[in-house]
Amino acid sequence: MTKHIKITVNGTEHELDVEPRLLLVHLIRENLAMTGTHIGCDTTSCGACTILMDGKSVKSCTILAVQANGKNLTTIEGVSAENEYNHLQEGFKENHGLHCGFCTPGMILRATELLENNPDPTEEEIRWGISGNLCRCTGYNNIVKAIKYASAKNRGIEPASTEPEFV
Amino acid sequence: MIPAPFDYESPTTLEEAFGLLDRYGDEAKILSGGHSLIPMMKLRFASPEVLIDINNIPGLSHITKDGNTMKIGALVRESEIEHAKELIAHFPIFADVTKLIADPSVRNRGTIGGNLAHGDAANDHPAVMLALRANIVISGKDGNRTVPIDEFFHGFYMTEVQANEILTEIQIPIHGKGTGSAYHKMERKVGDYATAGVAVQLTLDANGTVTYVGIGLTNLSPVPMRAERSEAALLGKKLTDEVIAEAAKCASEDCSPSDDLRGSEEYKRHLVGVLLKRMIHKAAERAMA
Repeated sequence: MTKHIKITVNGTEHELDVEPRLLLVHLIRENLAMTGTHIGCDTTSCGACTILMDGKSVKSCTILAVQANGKNLTTIEGVSAENEYNHLQEGFKENHGLHCGFCTPGMILRATELLENNPDPTEEEIRWGISGNLCRCTGYNNIVKAIKYASAKNRGIEPASTEPEFV
Repeated sequence: MIPAPFDYESPTTLEEAFGLLDRYGDEAKILSGGHSLIPMMKLRFASPEVLIDINNIPGLSHITKDGNTMKIGALVRESEIEHAKELIAHFPIFADVTKLIADPSVRNRGTIGGNLAHGDAANDHPAVMLALRANIVISGKDGNRTVPIDEFFHGFYMTEVQANEILTEIQIPIHGKGTGSAYHKMERKVGDYATAGVAVQLTLDANGTVTYVGIGLTNLSPVPMRAERSEAALLGKKLTDEVIAEAAKCASEDCSPSDDLRGSEEYKRHLVGVLLKRMIHKAAERAMA
């Protein structure tokens, strides 16, 4: 038995018939062929599959596609126009906030909601804020800097320093 | 990992949901936040034939004060509790506990009703509700019934909620001046279950005597557990080091933790005592603030 669902992804409406057991991350990656959303652990731990659902960060490996019926989704493909960077993407680039890049889409979407709720977070608030997103390369310091950079830019302040930290 | 096939229903009223529960009985599971159920279905530990998604039923997402009772709808997300100012002003324990439940993205989905109805002693809200002496509202087609938290948990994944019923609201009595609450769990990493967790609420009178106390323990027994002898050790006493040490000793003796990757039984018995002492002090500080 399939269900008919209507979802909006990055501003585009899609109508699909899906099996109830189809996970949202599979719908995004396979049915919609948008592979910026990653599957890491597949157990709600790593956050590589993080997207925004009605503005809230969620782990799309633990939501059924049918539950997204009528919802507005944002994936990494939708955070900025083609060939442009938003402040978070720019922050990750300038601060070496990524090495392999596997966690980056999830990190950026989680940080998007974090800065929405708390435009000027402390380092501790950032670290708690990304506690459900694992990175196995950077050691997190440069990710924290990247989010600080975006926080400053969003508020019209020139970021303190973009000197990346290599550890 | 993909769940076994199932049918999906998305009722928009409780009446409709009760009708579906009547039709499907034991074959159906209620889907709330889904962050315990969907992982279990992906691992095929659970294979319900029908999921009844209650997320589209309005009227279950309130946090309201009604006289001396705080009422929390079953669909309130953990992230909403985290920012519920009035609730936290009365019960600072909610600021402690939500921060320690999983991570921010999981808290955007996970619900307080699901956390309790899952019936898992490793979840955090059961201990908190034991400490707060909450009442649980269970609804069915014949109406609502209210069950004290002490009669709610029956066993591993088993609660008072019957196959044709839905947990709809949590009611927490507000105690007067001089009341404080606190929760902490030791976890190996963000998102892990507690190695041990302790929830305390107590009321102190003007002389510093304990006139009310509730203590719940997380992941230290197969069924969510009230530390009854620890409560008795504190009630009617002043919080001296000896009294607190006695309460800690009782909890350490009375819990029944199992050896696992999170620690040995001996370590957990030690840890519960340490955490209980700290939480009594923290709750007492808040009570006097």
